[in-house]
Amino acid sequence: MALRWCLRGLALGRAIGSSSSRLQLQQSTNNALFSARSLPQALQWWRSRADAPLPPSSPLPLIHLPPPDESKHRGSAEGDPLTFSAFSSSVDEVEVAKFAAIADTWWDSDGPFKPLHSMNPTRLSFIRSALCRHFGRDPNCAKPLEGLKIVDVGCGGGILSEPLARMGAVVTGIDAVEKNIKIANLHAELDPVTSSIEYRCATAEKMAEEQQTFDAVISLEVIEHVSDPAGFCKSLGDLAVPDGAIVISTINRTIRSYAVTIVAAEYILGWLPKGTHQWSSFVTPEELVLIMQRASISVQEMAGFVYNPLTGEWSLSDDTSVNYVACGIKRNP
Amino acid sequence: MKSKIEKKLLSQHQLNAVAAGCLSRNYGRTFCSVVEGGESSSCPKAEDKTDQGEKFERTSKAEPYDIAIVGGGMVGMAFACALSRNPMTKHLTVAIIDNNPALGFKTSFKRSEIPDPRVSTVTPATISFFRDIGAWEYVLQQRHAYFDKMQVIFPFIGLGLHWVGYTRYNARDVGKECLGCVVENKVLHYSLLSSFQSGAELQWALYPARLSSMTVPSPRSVSSRIMSQLEDSPSGRFVKLDLSDGNTLHARLVVGADGSKSNVREMAALKSTQRSYSQSAIICTVEHAVENDCAWQRFLPSGPIALLPVGDRFSNVVWSMRPEEASAHKSMDGDDLAKAINRAMDDGHGPQPGSGVLGGYVERISSFTSWWGPSSSAAEPFRAPPRVTAVASERMVFPLSLMHAHDYVTRRVALVGDAAHTVHPLAGQGVNMGFGDASALAKVIAEGVSVGTDLGELTLLKRYEKERKAGNATMMAILDGFQKAFAVDAGPLNLLRAAAFHGAQYIPPLKRNIISYASGDQKWPLFS
Ligand SMILES: Cc1cc2nc3c(=O)[nH]c(=O)nc-3n(C[C@H](O)[C@H](O)[C@H](O)COP(=O)(O)OP(=O)(O)OC[C@H]3O[C@@H](n4cnc5c(N)ncnc54)[C@H](O)[C@@H]3O)c2cc1C
Ligand SMILES: C[S@@+](CC[C@H](N)C(=O)[O-])C[C@H]1O[C@@H](n2cnc3c(N)ncnc32)[C@H](O)[C@@H]1O
Repeated sequence: MALRWCLRGLALGRAIGSSSSRLQLQQSTNNALFSARSLPQALQWWRSRADAPLPPSSPLPLIHLPPPDESKHRGSAEGDPLTFSAFSSSVDEVEVAKFAAIADTWWDSDGPFKPLHSMNPTRLSFIRSALCRHFGRDPNCAKPLEGLKIVDVGCGGGILSEPLARMGAVVTGIDAVEKNIKIANLHAELDPVTSSIEYRCATAEKMAEEQQTFDAVISLEVIEHVSDPAGFCKSLGDLAVPDGAIVISTINRTIRSYAVTIVAAEYILGWLPKGTHQWSSFVTPEELVLIMQRASISVQEMAGFVYNPLTGEWSLSDDTSVNYVACGIKRNP
Repeated sequence: MKSKIEKKLLSQHQLNAVAAGCLSRNYGRTFCSVVEGGESSSCPKAEDKTDQGEKFERTSKAEPYDIAIVGGGMVGMAFACALSRNPMTKHLTVAIIDNNPALGFKTSFKRSEIPDPRVSTVTPATISFFRDIGAWEYVLQQRHAYFDKMQVIFPFIGLGLHWVGYTRYNARDVGKECLGCVVENKVLHYSLLSSFQSGAELQWALYPARLSSMTVPSPRSVSSRIMSQLEDSPSGRFVKLDLSDGNTLHARLVVGADGSKSNVREMAALKSTQRSYSQSAIICTVEHAVENDCAWQRFLPSGPIALLPVGDRFSNVVWSMRPEEASAHKSMDGDDLAKAINRAMDDGHGPQPGSGVLGGYVERISSFTSWWGPSSSAAEPFRAPPRVTAVASERMVFPLSLMHAHDYVTRRVALVGDAAHTVHPLAGQGVNMGFGDASALAKVIAEGVSVGTDLGELTLLKRYEKERKAGNATMMAILDGFQKAFAVDAGPLNLLRAAAFHGAQYIPPLKRNIISYASGDQKWPLFS
């Protein structure tokens, strides 16, 4: 119960005061989460976050920014991120409409999806090493994922699906937006190496209902756009074979992430269309680990992605304060 | 919408045509073509490892090539070799397009043959690259000449005076075994071909033809016109290459290694800056009575002359001068040319260092300044270059120019070697810069493969450009600076520059910097 309160508190952007709830969180958090940082470091980091004030509602007077709270309500939101809604769709109509509107630009590496394009090599190298480790593959070859059945949930135009196919995986890409699937298909068919990707307009829940399973389930930058992260995560778990891998990446809910992904990326740099992200729907690493655990996924690895504005390149780091990725293993039922 | 099967059939058909084209034009090699239902299977390798000339193999895929290399010269072959030796890239399908007959024959060179006048001074960085790609062992079996000393002689002209200074470089100053190695270009090329054929797991094909036209998909066509592309050819996303023999092929990435007059550069509309010096270089092989172990370079009022050891008792001469002088020297009687070279290297251009009053002054300064400098060669005495006894080869004349492409890459196209930058042969850096490009591009491609990147992606190729362009530009600025510093009529600047250059002799860190830059292992020299 304390846990639930705590998460809600976080969702509302409130600082966590009670040490008991903090303790509870620490206990329930798989220690593997902190593989990249020592526990005292992690605690300190956690504390500094917990005590931090709310981001100002309008840090730049000339730019009208959305307040970083829950006021923007979501399609079929249940409100509580820990409530499973296995039978309702995780599709958030408002969110999905945003992607449909810019679907043509998926493959324009200078367009609205520029951040995803520039992040791609870095996140793929994480996936490569995590999956090679888990499946005992030799990372020093061109197709280390040869034969692995992978589903890319929320594949968009196929920015991630195509490299996975080039690395040898047997890829199925699914997305809630029909137009994305069309673009993804057209693009992949232009190259024989990627034309074997199977794209489908479907949600993770739908695929799970059909009892489809995969060696690895990957869903990058999607969970912050769904109405029910916990239910969505459960479906991802259902799609994985026992001992299969689940990789999820998203954006943390910190002051830095507000500054970087909303103020900078949407308002100052104009990389992303305004309103792309709702800060309040961002999920923290702790919350993600919890909801993954509830979905029978134990988190093995976690890493942050940091952007270097000077080189324009991303790199893996233990700083998970903005973009981060987690890889977990589906426990045997 | 065309079905995938139809598309596959179409490209398979095209490939059959390509394979047939190759078969009919092979240079006495065994091409082997395997096409089966869109799937590839590599054909059995020629067993006879010694007969590399017969080891060309051909595997067809009903798909575009991963990489088409236009130009199988030294740089193009070095790039192919680097790809074939990396576990990340050795599976790639590669087409090499070049009708240069040197690609088709196994040539063994007899040591008794007179060295070819076309030679390169390869740097330690190039040597270690050649070792990595398995080509250096082949060089070692052929004629080559390591050198660990270099003496540069230059004039001081100004204030109505005319005297000479010199700088000696020694490999010991930079803790190296050698400053470089002089190798005939044909030996470098042959070594690369041999290594490529003996180690290649790559699925590759040689097209003995010229590139006649190239169509690069426009950058926007994929994103915004994706819907309308539906009816286009299955390879609408790739570069289409039309060859002089009527073949057409498609590639995900085209690498332009086609030399200074690059067709690829032109067809991809990559702009470049040219500078010509109204100078030409005459090159030839000369003979001495004793073996030469030092690289000599002398800056004359009319242009620099270099005498490079090429092994046995031979040296290579690269002599820059005005075009009309060059053609006069080209048609000169052999003995007269030998005399002219001796005069240019040694005497007839002002007094020897140390022989005149001012020369003595320079020497006094040097013995004084060498006290505080640990540079061992600073105090080394001036040595006279070995005399030329005869001109041993044909003579060739090349106009001197400097060319640098503004961009090395565009979507699906990358330039390497002389196609991206051509320098005058002054410091022997030309092909070394090209080998640096080949090595860097192969590495970037391996990184791309490791994360499943489309090899023609601009962001990937830009990483190669970023790594190479600045360093190459600096090198070119240095060479251009040398050229200007020692060109005729440079006025009072000449004295200053010559003095600055001479000063380098007595400031060990600066000198070390110049050497390490010239030997290819430093990115940022002290001056540019
Ligand atoms: C006089 C002189 C002296 C030099 N001395 C030195 C030296 O001492 N040290 C040094 O490092 N460098 C030296 N260089 C420079 C060196 O020779 C070049 O840098 C080197 O040859 C460049 O190699 P490359 O492979 O880029 O181009 P190239 O050697 O020019 O090879 C280009 C290849 O592309 C092929 N090709 C061209 N067009 C097409 C087409 N349309 N279709 C298909 N194939 C095509 C050609 O057949 C050729 O095989 C010297 C150059 C000159 C002129
Ligand atoms: C930010 S994009 C990420 C695309 C891709 N995964 C990548 O990282 O390159 C989010 C994608 O998720 C899709 N999406 C949103 N909600 C979804 C849901 N509930 N089920 C499936 N896809 C969804 C959107 O249509 C959009 O294409």
